[in-house]
Amino acid sequence: MSSELIVFLVLAAVAVLSGILMITRANPVNSALFLILNFIALAGMYLTLNAQFVAIIQILVYAGAIMVLVLFVIMLLNLQDEEPLRETLTKRHYASLLFALLTLAMLIEAIGWMGGDTLDRMQQQSPLAVANGTVQHIGDVLFSSYVFPFELTSILLLAAMLGAVVIAKKRFP
Amino acid sequence: MIPVHYYLILSAVMFITGVVGVLTRRNAIIIFMCIELMLNSVNLTFVAFSSYLGNEAGQMFVFFVMAVAAAEAAVGLAIVIALFRNKQTVNINEVNILKW
Amino acid sequence: MYQYVGLIVLFPLIGLFINGFFGRKIKNETLVGMIGSAAVGLSFLVAAGIFVEMLGMPEDGRSHVVTLFTWIAAGSFKVSAAYQIDQLSILMTLVVTGVGFLIHVYSIGYMHGDRGFWRFFTYLNLFIFAMLNLVLADNYLLMFLGWEGVGLCSYLLIGFWYDKKFPGTGITWTGDAANKAFWVNRIGDFAFMIGMFLIFREFGSLTFREVMGGAETLAVGNNTMFWITLLLFIGATGKSAQIPLFIWLPDAMAGPTPVSALIHAATMVTAGVYMVARNSALYALAPTTMMIVAIVGALTAIMAASIGIAQNDIKKVLAYSTVSQLGYMFLALGVGAFTAGIFHVMTHAFFKACLFLGSGSVIHAMHEEQDIRHMGGLKKVMPKTYWTFLISSFAIAGFPPLSGFFSKDEILWKAFSDGSLVLWIIGASAALMTAFYMFRMVTLTFEGEPRWAKDKHPHESPATMTIPLIVLAGLAILGGFVGIPAVLGGGNAIEHWLHPVFAQAHHTMALSEHSSHTTEYLMMGISVVIAVTGFWFGRRMFLADPEADKRIAAKTGFLYRLLSNKYYVDEIYNGSVVRPLVRTSESFLYRVFDVRIIDGAVNGLAKTTGWVSAMMRYVQTGVVQNYAALVVLGLVVVLGLLIFS
Repeated sequence: MSSELIVFLVLAAVAVLSGILMITRANPVNSALFLILNFIALAGMYLTLNAQFVAIIQILVYAGAIMVLVLFVIMLLNLQDEEPLRETLTKRHYASLLFALLTLAMLIEAIGWMGGDTLDRMQQQSPLAVANGTVQHIGDVLFSSYVFPFELTSILLLAAMLGAVVIAKKRFP
Repeated sequence: MIPVHYYLILSAVMFITGVVGVLTRRNAIIIFMCIELMLNSVNLTFVAFSSYLGNEAGQMFVFFVMAVAAAEAAVGLAIVIALFRNKQTVNINEVNILKW
Repeated sequence: MYQYVGLIVLFPLIGLFINGFFGRKIKNETLVGMIGSAAVGLSFLVAAGIFVEMLGMPEDGRSHVVTLFTWIAAGSFKVSAAYQIDQLSILMTLVVTGVGFLIHVYSIGYMHGDRGFWRFFTYLNLFIFAMLNLVLADNYLLMFLGWEGVGLCSYLLIGFWYDKKFPGTGITWTGDAANKAFWVNRIGDFAFMIGMFLIFREFGSLTFREVMGGAETLAVGNNTMFWITLLLFIGATGKSAQIPLFIWLPDAMAGPTPVSALIHAATMVTAGVYMVARNSALYALAPTTMMIVAIVGALTAIMAASIGIAQNDIKKVLAYSTVSQLGYMFLALGVGAFTAGIFHVMTHAFFKACLFLGSGSVIHAMHEEQDIRHMGGLKKVMPKTYWTFLISSFAIAGFPPLSGFFSKDEILWKAFSDGSLVLWIIGASAALMTAFYMFRMVTLTFEGEPRWAKDKHPHESPATMTIPLIVLAGLAILGGFVGIPAVLGGGNAIEHWLHPVFAQAHHTMALSEHSSHTTEYLMMGISVVIAVTGFWFGRRMFLADPEADKRIAAKTGFLYRLLSNKYYVDEIYNGSVVRPLVRTSESFLYRVFDVRIIDGAVNGLAKTTGWVSAMMRYVQTGVVQNYAALVVLGLVVVLGLLIFS
């Protein structure tokens, strides 16, 4: 077992476990903390995939900014624990679970089913051999080929900001 | 060398975890976090393919997904606050006015 | 100049649009009338120009097709708006525009003061437009367009005075008479259409040239040809008022008199004759149909003539006379004498238009009085009308050398030589009756002592009305000279003129040459004797005693009642067709089929939709996670389709 695989398995285990724990905690604060753990595991995984820039903004933006915002809101609203699921279990929940598992089965089926040249070519390449995730490279591409979408993002964020302010204001105008 | 399948399967598992959370939890904020989880699982797929194919487009997508997620977080949380202010709850079972 | 044939059709269309859109605004009646008349007059001039040009062409090069544009193109089915100018269509065009022009001019005087003056001229122009399409068309579909168009105009003009009462069997208003005409025609049109479909199936084309070309290779007695020709003939019986569909024409007299003259005597009703003549090559292939045509024509001729004897309404007499004369034309067509049929169409257009216009003049003078028993002595007050009327009556009765003599005698002779003695006897008897009822009418109307009410002051009609009468009377005298038969030393110009059109049919039928000249002279002599006899009886009987009808009625009893009640045909149709149909519609089609089945289906559909919606409503729980679960279900389905397909 190679060291790469060991690192992957450890990170994967952390990610999956933290995900499952996140959706099963009654207290929203606990959920949020497990989600942050999940994000950190993902950031590590991005590093093994040689995507340093994404790994860094994963920590900065997601774990840092967004989740802090979420925690802030949770605490602002001073939410109580949710009542346990088993007390309110309905048919819909079983059906939902069934649908979700069916989707999972089909996704895995589709992944195993994916074959041919693409997979072969991809399997011959080590992720570490490709150095396209550096900040320098991403910066180059982002401000040349993707400069227009990048600028559009700013408008999106501005709109979201305005929207958030209007919605969260005390009284609707 | 890790086959790309591993990443994809991990991504699928995380995605379904998020789906289950969305479908079963009643707390709007937790549902919101589950959606973030789903977005992240998709990000993982993007990055994996990006690396394995030697093409930076995937990582560009991740960047934009994060921008959208940030916007969504801002608006979504604002909605949660507005909801809480009006209904004194964030339990979506109690918010079923979208009904005949 | 035949390439300008489009102009012939265009002028009435322009007149129609001017009068149709601005007629109401133009307060000046004369102007409206002039526009309407000028449109037709210009068409006549163009047609005359083409005719003159055709005279200078070689006999075989006189037929041309001018395509204006492609009308319908769908796969192999292609129909053009194209006009065929040949000897037959130019002759019909001249008659339609020429007589039409005179009647337009006449209408200026006749319709004076009518509040629908501009409407009347609009309809007349529309009629001329449709009629020209009918006669000039180079294919069945365009012809059918004209065919339906003239039917529509007939409907509009019969019911022109829609607020006027008009008595009749099952008829109260003039509108009912219009409906009757329209519906009876519908039956014929339906047959025409089916015939047209059969033609397309058989020949793969609807143009006359290609169909006639295809017909050349077919054998005589072909079964399909029998059905095609029979169906077309049924169409003709509707339009041309033959047994069994003649019943609408007498009631069509509800319209203004110029309409009766133009549409229900001179032009539209001869459309059936024209159509059969146009398809002569097909009819030649179906001897059985030809026989049917001849028999129907002969029976119509005698039946309508006998009814005419017992009618007292001046226009009704003329209406039955028209039916009878149309019967002659079909008799001619049925024995293969296509030229004679068309010749009679032409001469009949002249003298019958003159008679109708003359009757209009009388009615006008008598202030809407139409009963000839209340007339008499009009000779002195309206001499111009009297003389033209008299000339035309002589023409229709077949006095030589007026036009009716030549055309009718030609038909009778052909009925004898190419048909049979029986047909001739029927035709000759009808001719006797024709002469009798015509002079009964002339005598009762114009001769003897006045029998009209004291408060009436008849007067001669204005010049716009008398001039067309005089011109038509002149044509009724001279029109026959184009067809003087060979035995009388004439060239029979019309036969030579039309020969190329009917060459194919004559070739197919391979008619034998005429029998001896002696027989022909004999027949001609008999015709003259018949005409004189009818004239003499009609005049003597009613000059001596205007009430002679009563004596005859008393003597003949049932027979007279049968005639004056038109053989009860209307009553029979009412009882056997109309009333059962109405009753079925009322009790089954309306109460059961429409209310239960159609409405039931529609309402049931609405109810089902409502019920399904009520059920579907419960899906809308308002619980967000239900919707989310369904979204995931959708995901499952989509993925399943992608993976397992």
